[in-house]
Amino acid sequence: MGKNYPTTPQEVQEMQIETDILIIGAGNAGCYAAIEAKRQDPSLRVTLMEKAHIDRSGCLAGGMDAINTYIKKGETVDSLVKWSREQAGGLQRDDLYKTMAELLNQSIEEWEEWGLPVKKGENGEYLARGRWDIAIHGSEMKVILAEKVREYGCEILNRVVATNFIMDGDRVVGAMGFNIREGKFYVIKAKATIVATGGAGGIYKPYTNDGTDSHHQIWYSPFNVGTGYAMGIRAGAEMTTFEMRWCAVRTKDFNGPIDTISVGYNAAMINARGEKILAERYAHLGGDKAPRYIRANAPMEEWLAGRGPCYVDTTHMTPDQIKDLKTDYLNERPSFVLFLASRNQDISRDPIEIYGSDPYIVGGHTASGYWIDVKRGTTVPGLFACGDVAGGTPNKFVGGCAAEGMLSARGAIDYIKSGMVSRINVDESLVEKEKNRVFQPFVRQLNVGDGITPLEMEERLQRLMDEYAGGVHQFYRMNRERLEYALKNIAILKEQAKFLVATDLHELMRCNEVIDMIDVAEVLCHHLLYREETRWPGWQTRMDFPEKNDDKFNCFVNSRKNLETGNIEMFTRPMEKLVD
Amino acid sequence: MPPKVDLQKCDGCKGEKEPLCVAICPGDLLMLNEETVKAACRSTRDCWDCMSCIKVCPQGALETKLPYQLGYHPARLIPLMGGKRVSWTCVSQDGKVERFNYKNRN
Ligand SMILES: Cc1cc2nc3c(=O)[nH]c(=O)nc-3n(C[C@H](O)[C@H](O)[C@H](O)COP(=O)(O)OP(=O)(O)OC[C@H]3O[C@@H](n4cnc5c(N)ncnc54)[C@H](O)[C@@H]3O)c2cc1C
Ligand code: SF4
Ligand code: SF4
Repeated sequence: MGKNYPTTPQEVQEMQIETDILIIGAGNAGCYAAIEAKRQDPSLRVTLMEKAHIDRSGCLAGGMDAINTYIKKGETVDSLVKWSREQAGGLQRDDLYKTMAELLNQSIEEWEEWGLPVKKGENGEYLARGRWDIAIHGSEMKVILAEKVREYGCEILNRVVATNFIMDGDRVVGAMGFNIREGKFYVIKAKATIVATGGAGGIYKPYTNDGTDSHHQIWYSPFNVGTGYAMGIRAGAEMTTFEMRWCAVRTKDFNGPIDTISVGYNAAMINARGEKILAERYAHLGGDKAPRYIRANAPMEEWLAGRGPCYVDTTHMTPDQIKDLKTDYLNERPSFVLFLASRNQDISRDPIEIYGSDPYIVGGHTASGYWIDVKRGTTVPGLFACGDVAGGTPNKFVGGCAAEGMLSARGAIDYIKSGMVSRINVDESLVEKEKNRVFQPFVRQLNVGDGITPLEMEERLQRLMDEYAGGVHQFYRMNRERLEYALKNIAILKEQAKFLVATDLHELMRCNEVIDMIDVAEVLCHHLLYREETRWPGWQTRMDFPEKNDDKFNCFVNSRKNLETGNIEMFTRPMEKLVD
Repeated sequence: MPPKVDLQKCDGCKGEKEPLCVAICPGDLLMLNEETVKAACRSTRDCWDCMSCIKVCPQGALETKLPYQLGYHPARLIPLMGGKRVSWTCVSQDGKVERFNYKNRN
């Protein structure tokens, strides 16, 4: 095959772009940020930098079957704030949650207006599927959103992978990255920058990864690898609550959604003996209404106790309900319907088997991510964050990420209008340094040839994290010594990154991804080490500290990389309740 | 999860700047084999199963295949995209056909 891309930094063509607002990641939150920025001020130049294609990128690529948070009649912003905090084991930034919740319904109603079919009940209201959930036909919802972004006249750069922020002193003034079709290096200067790259999948080894074609048989988008977190870590931004990982109950062997579905169809989780797990064993923690970390961990505890396999009992469902359920799957994870068909499984007779997923870092579900203020500004001036990459606000889900996108756009506009950014000065040697860093795997391939492939390094990291930092094969359990072992090896991996080789632009992207994953894993291990208690069994199970310790840890655990020493520094921030 | 290319049906999206499946895949997994001028998946293990490529292909040349380790042969699931509707045909391993047809856009 003819080579049509550069292989040394000297050959790389540079693209210089100047814009008002740069949004990194044109996913759910990023698209809403773009639309809102244009609505607030159509004269602003708004640029989206997207590693994939805006029509089908990120979590929404395959579609969604529900909106998990919508404030229905009879509920209020405050009742949602309170529910979310309880689901999160008491830890949440109420100020962030409240401001997000105030915009929640608007985002969903607009999406509907733009073309998203929302199911309606007989009364004409959105069809409820649980206390906060509503049912949708969301398979095309990302395409619909992308059309709107184009309509508002935003500049969209598809297939441009962000790698680091551009700094002007201690301010963020844009980002750099490269295009994976031609290998051009992008230097995008912006008055304000919004990071919306989603969370991190693939840090841990998935249990379906058995050398087959199912390496990416995971819940979260495997193409969101945590680059936005890594860029922030490298820029010295403060991060919060990485230790509150998200592990979910999923359909076994296939990672299809099941938890919200089981609630929606009143199909209980049962163990091998047919006992209703939540009602019978977790009544003291709320039974069927127990927080999601309890629900996620419950089937795994049953396995450990010798009462697995576990199921969601679908055997009482009517043919109509089963058709609806399968339609839900077609809207979100179509191949699960194929999976059932490949086993000739009639779920009115054979219930759906369930199991825990590998752990993810995802601020739209838990509270991991950038430490931000109510305007969604990070601790680094000029940088805003929204969606799964932003911390402090668990249970955002689709609508919440969209709402937060809008808030970050407003925050960015306020920042621009405050006049703090009159001129952008960029030290060109930093740009050169980043270009060399990004293209290093090509240079090694050319000069040495022999090296480590991104796949090898990724699998090493995944195995390490799985075994020593509480992966699914270890039933999410960890202790200090194991975490220290993980950190010791992460340090080696960081040192070994110089051996990475790439033979094409796709592999160059994969090399840069694995470097980012390692940076995220390092910070994650520090967080897991620091919280010497077990607050969320399953999400965070410290075998050496099995109890919750409210005296010491009813607070946020935060981190910041000291850019002089390179050390990850840990500290806490108080938890403040706004709603009782 | 590998999307399987039907080499008879795939025409390489000749009229397009970039083949539609190549342009859409969120994981950058599809490419054009320059010799055959047909689509190919560069890394089947990395596929997320989102079916974006299947839905966008104008020739119906792509099909999601389960890895055999997870599901028995020869079940099939084929989407047909209409303007505002989608219809799915699912054929189970033992040949039972099930159809779904619903609105996916207002
Ligand atoms: C399978 C699945 C099912 C879910 N089901 C539901 C549900 O039923 N109901 C619900 O309410 N919520 C659900 N969620 C949660 C919800 O979808 C997410 O929380 C939300 O969409 C995340 O939005 P986001 O914008 O933060 O991330 P995304 O929409 O994933 O956007 C991130 C974007 O950043 C891009 N990107 C990443 N790295 C880079 C880089 N280096 N350079 C440039 N671009 C980059 C990605 O390509 C992507 O476009 C589900 C999530 C998943 C994964
Ligand atoms: S979209 Fe279909 S026809 Fe076009 S290249 Fe891909 S597989 Fe071939
Ligand atoms: S199913 Fe999705 S991830 Fe897999 S090749 Fe097609 S577009 Fe890519």
